[in-house]
Amino acid sequence: MIRLEKRTAPSQFWTYAAPVLAVLLTMICGGLLFAALGNDPLITIRTIFWDPLFSEFSWYYRPQLLIKGAPLVLIAIGLSFGFRAGVWNIGAEGQYILGAICGAAVGLAFYPTESVFILPLMIMAGALGGWAWAMIPGLLRVKFGTNEILVSLMLVYVAQQLLASMALGAMRNPDGMGFPGSRNLARYPSATSWINEGAGLHWGVVFAFVAVIFAYITLSRHIFGYHVRLSGQSPRAARFAGVNPGLLVLVCMGIAGALAGLAGLFEVAGPSGLISIDFNAGYGFTAIIVAFLGRLHPIGILLAAGLMALTYIGGDIAQSNLRLPAAAIQVLQGMLLFFLLAVDVLTHYRVRIGTRKLA
Amino acid sequence: MKIKTLLAGTGIALALATGAFAQDPTKVGFIYVGPVGDGGWTYEHDQARLAVEAEFSDAVETFYVESVPEGPDAERVITQMALQGADLIFTTSFGFMDATVNVAERFPDVKFEHATGYKTADNVSAYNARFYEGRAIQGHIAGQMTESNIIGYIGSYPIPEVIQGINSAFLHAREVNPDVEFRIIWAYTWFDPAKEAEAASVLIEQGADVILQHTDSTAPQAAAQAAGNVITFGQASDMAEFAPFPRVSSIIDDWAPYYIERTQAVIDGTWESSNVWHGIPEGMVGIGEITDAVPAEIKASAEVMIEAIRAGEYHPFTGPINYQDGSVWLEEGDVADDETLLGMNFFVEGLAGDIPQ
Repeated sequence: MIRLEKRTAPSQFWTYAAPVLAVLLTMICGGLLFAALGNDPLITIRTIFWDPLFSEFSWYYRPQLLIKGAPLVLIAIGLSFGFRAGVWNIGAEGQYILGAICGAAVGLAFYPTESVFILPLMIMAGALGGWAWAMIPGLLRVKFGTNEILVSLMLVYVAQQLLASMALGAMRNPDGMGFPGSRNLARYPSATSWINEGAGLHWGVVFAFVAVIFAYITLSRHIFGYHVRLSGQSPRAARFAGVNPGLLVLVCMGIAGALAGLAGLFEVAGPSGLISIDFNAGYGFTAIIVAFLGRLHPIGILLAAGLMALTYIGGDIAQSNLRLPAAAIQVLQGMLLFFLLAVDVLTHYRVRIGTRKLA
Repeated sequence: MKIKTLLAGTGIALALATGAFAQDPTKVGFIYVGPVGDGGWTYEHDQARLAVEAEFSDAVETFYVESVPEGPDAERVITQMALQGADLIFTTSFGFMDATVNVAERFPDVKFEHATGYKTADNVSAYNARFYEGRAIQGHIAGQMTESNIIGYIGSYPIPEVIQGINSAFLHAREVNPDVEFRIIWAYTWFDPAKEAEAASVLIEQGADVILQHTDSTAPQAAAQAAGNVITFGQASDMAEFAPFPRVSSIIDDWAPYYIERTQAVIDGTWESSNVWHGIPEGMVGIGEITDAVPAEIKASAEVMIEAIRAGEYHPFTGPINYQDGSVWLEEGDVADDETLLGMNFFVEGLAGDIPQ
């Protein structure tokens, strides 16, 4: 008989080994799935996980990994603070949209003036927009005890309506023949977040790496990081240690909102280029998976975002080269989270075989 | 040893020979906004892709990526197809326009065809169908079939193509029924069965007994079927599995002749950038069978209208037509020009509500 026995402390070994095992299990089960669909499993797995990095056209795909990964890193880093402290901000997608709207508004307001101050102003507006949107669920929780999971999630749908209204109305391109969508900020030299488009480098990539370093130092060296960890592990102990729980909620929500807002701003001023009705592509939700896949650890998040970006890009290659249906790729991504949660049992529990011997 | 060498030699010679004779197939890529099984818009594009394969067999190789979001991902997927050596790429949704133009700049030797947009370049063509011609037929039938005088309309995005459809359907419904009213819900999606079903239910609750849709799934058809006394029209595809009731007719997009023609042009080296807008006369817009749920005289008059459009004798936007505020748009006998239609961002007189701004 197989029994699970709770460990006194989470296993150090499995904390690091679980994600690796989860990826391996995903590859094995994914391979079986692909085989069942009539594709060669080895070739498919190689196409998804290997080709973007080392194939003939990797010179194009590698920069794409940066573009796809940067917003995931930024948002997931922000979310990791709250998730560690037990603040469940599920609405990063909405904060991402608001950051993009506010940042783009500043850029469009200055069009067509050229100045070095425009992009920094847009960055500030983007961070502020995301921050303000996150403050709504934050303040409601602190003042009225509402559930931030529901409020932040519902605000995503509000943000989407706002986005549609901007694309159709206030921010519509006056030269766009009445079609929805704003001017293209990527083509506006003072407002674009691109540093080098061919290399996949935009300011969001730079900020993502800075955020990783910043988060690492904060969480491991700073008193705030200690408070965050303590609040997640033991809210009562945190209170005795002098943590103001309301303030902690607001700061955690604020960091997540501001970083999600930045991600949105860099996306709208670079890879996406314009405010359109369906500008948001689900980064805010995918980042939740990335945060947990990366164990809420900054370096882990960096690796996890890279892996997710890989499955997106490799998945598209597999679709067109191997005629794999899009749903198969989504199943593969779902498996990744599923196996991670399943394997996580090993971190907190010991597997015992045989019945317990009574002393 | 000798035999081995001989065999190897023959093998190489054979490989060289076949290599010299077999021509490289022309590679044609397709980017879809929805899944190929949506039963509507993307399904029809994929049917046309299969028609291209059937037409050219070994001379052409096709491939596709489905459910591509309209945004930065589209640019990556299109680039990837170009890198794979595609000679011709069809991008089949309005939202792929900027991405298509951007990628086309970097791959001057690859030909691009973008559906339903307005931007073209030396290697980018635009193509679209005059769906509003089919909408006129729908309005004509719907206006006479409704008993509650309320027609529900599920709009996708408030872009000119969709607004043309609403105006065209409304004008022709009013023509046969002065009391008819339209209720419009904007779904802000091309394909989301749950949202579409919900929109249909809301419209039915508001008393609509006809549902017109400009979204791609069959969910509204299923919602109407569940309600029992509501009629619908197939959108983009025949949706015949819901015939004869609730689906009483349909607009069918037939892209196959165009895709075959353009593929042939690439093979022949005669491809040139163009901007086409075809309708019922060219066969790009087809009207699915009008079922027996429609009384014979209504069916007959609808067929007269189809033939008039096919023959070029009737244009669905023929004056007198007023703007929503009552001011004159088209005088008696005037016909709308394509430029106005392509940028249409206004409702005609009689429609209630505003276009979302």
